[in-house]
Amino acid sequence: MKYIDEFRDGDVARKIGERLRTEADPARQYSFMEFCGGHTHAISRYGVRELLPPNVRMIHGPGCPVCVLPIGRVDMAIKLALERGAIVCTYGDTMRVPASDNLSLTRAKARGGDIRMVYSATDALTVARDNPGREVVFFAIGFETTTPPTALAILRAQREGLANFSVLCCHVLTPSAITHILESPEVRRYGTVPIDGFVGPAHVSIVIGSGPYEHFAEEYRKPVVIAGFEPLDVMQAILMLVRQVNEGRAHVENEFSRAVDRDGNLGAQQKVSEVFELRPTFEWRGLGEVPYSALKIRPAFAQFDAERRFGLGYTPVADNKACECGAILRGVKQPTDCKIFGTVCTPENPVGSCMVSSEGACAAHYAYGRFKDIPVKVSA
Amino acid sequence: MNARDDSKGGTVRAGYVRPLDIRHGRIDMGHGAGGRAAAQLIEEIFLVAFDNPWLRQGNDGAAFAIPAGQRMVMATDAHVISPLFFPGGDIGALSVHGTVNDVAMMGATPLYLAASFILEEGFPLADLKRIVQSMAAAAREAGVPVITGDTKVVEQGKGDGVFISTTGVGVVPHGIDVSGANARPGDVILLSGTVGDHGVAVLSQRESLEFETTITSDTAALHTLVAAMLAASPAIRVLRDPTRGGLATTLNEIAGQSGVGMLLDEAAIPVKPEVDAACELLGLDPLYVANEGKLVAIVPAEQADAVLAAMRAHPRGVDAARIGVVQEDAHHFVQMNTRFGGRRVVDWLSGEQLPRIC
Amino acid sequence: MLVELRADERAVVNLGGIRKDVSIELVPEAQVGDYVIVHVGHAIGMIDPEEAERTLALFGEMAEAAAAAGAAA
Repeated sequence: MKYIDEFRDGDVARKIGERLRTEADPARQYSFMEFCGGHTHAISRYGVRELLPPNVRMIHGPGCPVCVLPIGRVDMAIKLALERGAIVCTYGDTMRVPASDNLSLTRAKARGGDIRMVYSATDALTVARDNPGREVVFFAIGFETTTPPTALAILRAQREGLANFSVLCCHVLTPSAITHILESPEVRRYGTVPIDGFVGPAHVSIVIGSGPYEHFAEEYRKPVVIAGFEPLDVMQAILMLVRQVNEGRAHVENEFSRAVDRDGNLGAQQKVSEVFELRPTFEWRGLGEVPYSALKIRPAFAQFDAERRFGLGYTPVADNKACECGAILRGVKQPTDCKIFGTVCTPENPVGSCMVSSEGACAAHYAYGRFKDIPVKVSA
Repeated sequence: MNARDDSKGGTVRAGYVRPLDIRHGRIDMGHGAGGRAAAQLIEEIFLVAFDNPWLRQGNDGAAFAIPAGQRMVMATDAHVISPLFFPGGDIGALSVHGTVNDVAMMGATPLYLAASFILEEGFPLADLKRIVQSMAAAAREAGVPVITGDTKVVEQGKGDGVFISTTGVGVVPHGIDVSGANARPGDVILLSGTVGDHGVAVLSQRESLEFETTITSDTAALHTLVAAMLAASPAIRVLRDPTRGGLATTLNEIAGQSGVGMLLDEAAIPVKPEVDAACELLGLDPLYVANEGKLVAIVPAEQADAVLAAMRAHPRGVDAARIGVVQEDAHHFVQMNTRFGGRRVVDWLSGEQLPRIC
Repeated sequence: MLVELRADERAVVNLGGIRKDVSIELVPEAQVGDYVIVHVGHAIGMIDPEEAERTLALFGEMAEAAAAAGAAA
């Protein structure tokens, strides 16, 4: 597969690994946050950590779309399916996010809710066309990558005059989440959570460009290296971050130049701003209320806004007390610092959202990385 | 004989029963009511296809002789699949292969099958006939006849076209002891061929995921492969077919049953490039995608070469490979050295494998 | 890789022999032969082959540098 296989070459990986060991200063610790769930997944799946020197630590960030979805938002979707009789369409991972009353969309479906997994926002439009007598709601989640397809679906619904289609919009914004992390007391008081730099998002950056990160690099003196989702991309980005730290620089660098430029996909951005506007505040699981961190549907498209259409209000619901997802999403704690990790909370029975998606910090660690924490006797 | 009297024009001979309208007919509640309609359905669709002496006796069960002194194996499997027809097979062939394989994975020679069908009202007779014929062909090819069965009909909306449950019996030859609990540290893990073919073939037909591919399901009966392997070494410890949940889940099951860990070599696990590409496109991991014609064998290290050679000499094991070793591990982890040069845990499948969105 | 343009701003991409119908509404400039990045059924961006080569060459240079360092040690 062109542009994929070349970026997964184990021989090159070993050589970048050697380079990292040579260049990383053994006298100091390096902590980098990979913001995106896609990077978390790549690091886990390819065993990238094993190839890093011991003093380079990766911290999982909050860039896993279902992980940051608060309970109250899932409750809204469940209510639409169970109490308002709507067909709720959503992306697969969203189905298993724990909500109130021990429910999730999967469990609400088992109680008779008409909840359907879709691969694309376009599929939700098809469901609406095929069921003209029913209300069809697309439960839209995700960062800047899934937002343009949702915008296109709304524009198309308007063009077609599709009267039974609406969107429960939970789209969130990457830059405000990064700012929030940088502003958090744990990070500001240097020493509690030292973050030396960020591996910047791949697909998100295709849409928004590298420009929006320049502000952090400057304002917070943190280097950002935008990286593709292949494992060599991640390793190369880590090397570039180590070099910036060593040289005392804090710039935005772009390892993923084959797909990302400074401006991003302007056409996609234009569609998004045509349909959406900023929410003054939005609750993120783990991060709490984050100002101007999410999008809502503009009044001109009110008829496609499920919140307006069904008069839905948002009721915040506190996470399980024992669950450390909040601290883990901020990079303050590791999955293994959580008392219920791997015992009460497992991928089969997730308590917290980080255990739900394979991109979540806890699920990724549970599925791919546990052996590092537990000594294993190898005899063969 | 009651020949038709043409001179009177159009009288019907006595005892004439109008045959089922296979082309346009559909299952109705009457086909499950146990009356003449049910009898006719069985006669014209099932009996014709499965035809064998046991079924022809018309009893509610089948009596057969068992070889004296040998242990018997019984396995049962319920088959639900959407879509019912997929590239490389259908629910009918699958329901025969699945159960024949479950019996064979006990080290047994499969002898007979029983089948029950739950049909949904409104299901086209033409589709039913096609499925039953495919099932009969699979049974004939495997040499394992369907000797008893049952049919029920549920109201529309209460089934998904057709559900098929099959039960198989077989006998274990003397000196063979195959079980998921038998793996020992130091044993070698063998795999009979490429993984993920079946799951990708089925997914390609799913509404909304639809993609075009030439991949076909690997659905196949594996009992002759098993026989060839056991002939090469009766010391085989574990046999299992990695169906739902894929190779990863099967190995975790065995690790748990046997109380051991495993270390795999990703580069040694055969995956077709097209399956790899489809998984890439959908954000899936081939290790978790279902197979219906592959097996995993765990054998003592000194027997591995002989068993592997026997597998490669059999048409169902041409791509067989040595994929890892069993090791001591109190946590029963299945670990893998990645092609990329790292190491990771290969965990159980949790929930359904879903396309990633970030 | 994009292999066929279809009506209604859709196109067929081929990845290692798998063909899939995707929307190209977000990359209307895409042509047959272009490499696109697909996300939830939509092409969201395109791959610049020259930049891809440059990145790979960067890995390669490093590999040579590392090999040289290894040989010297």
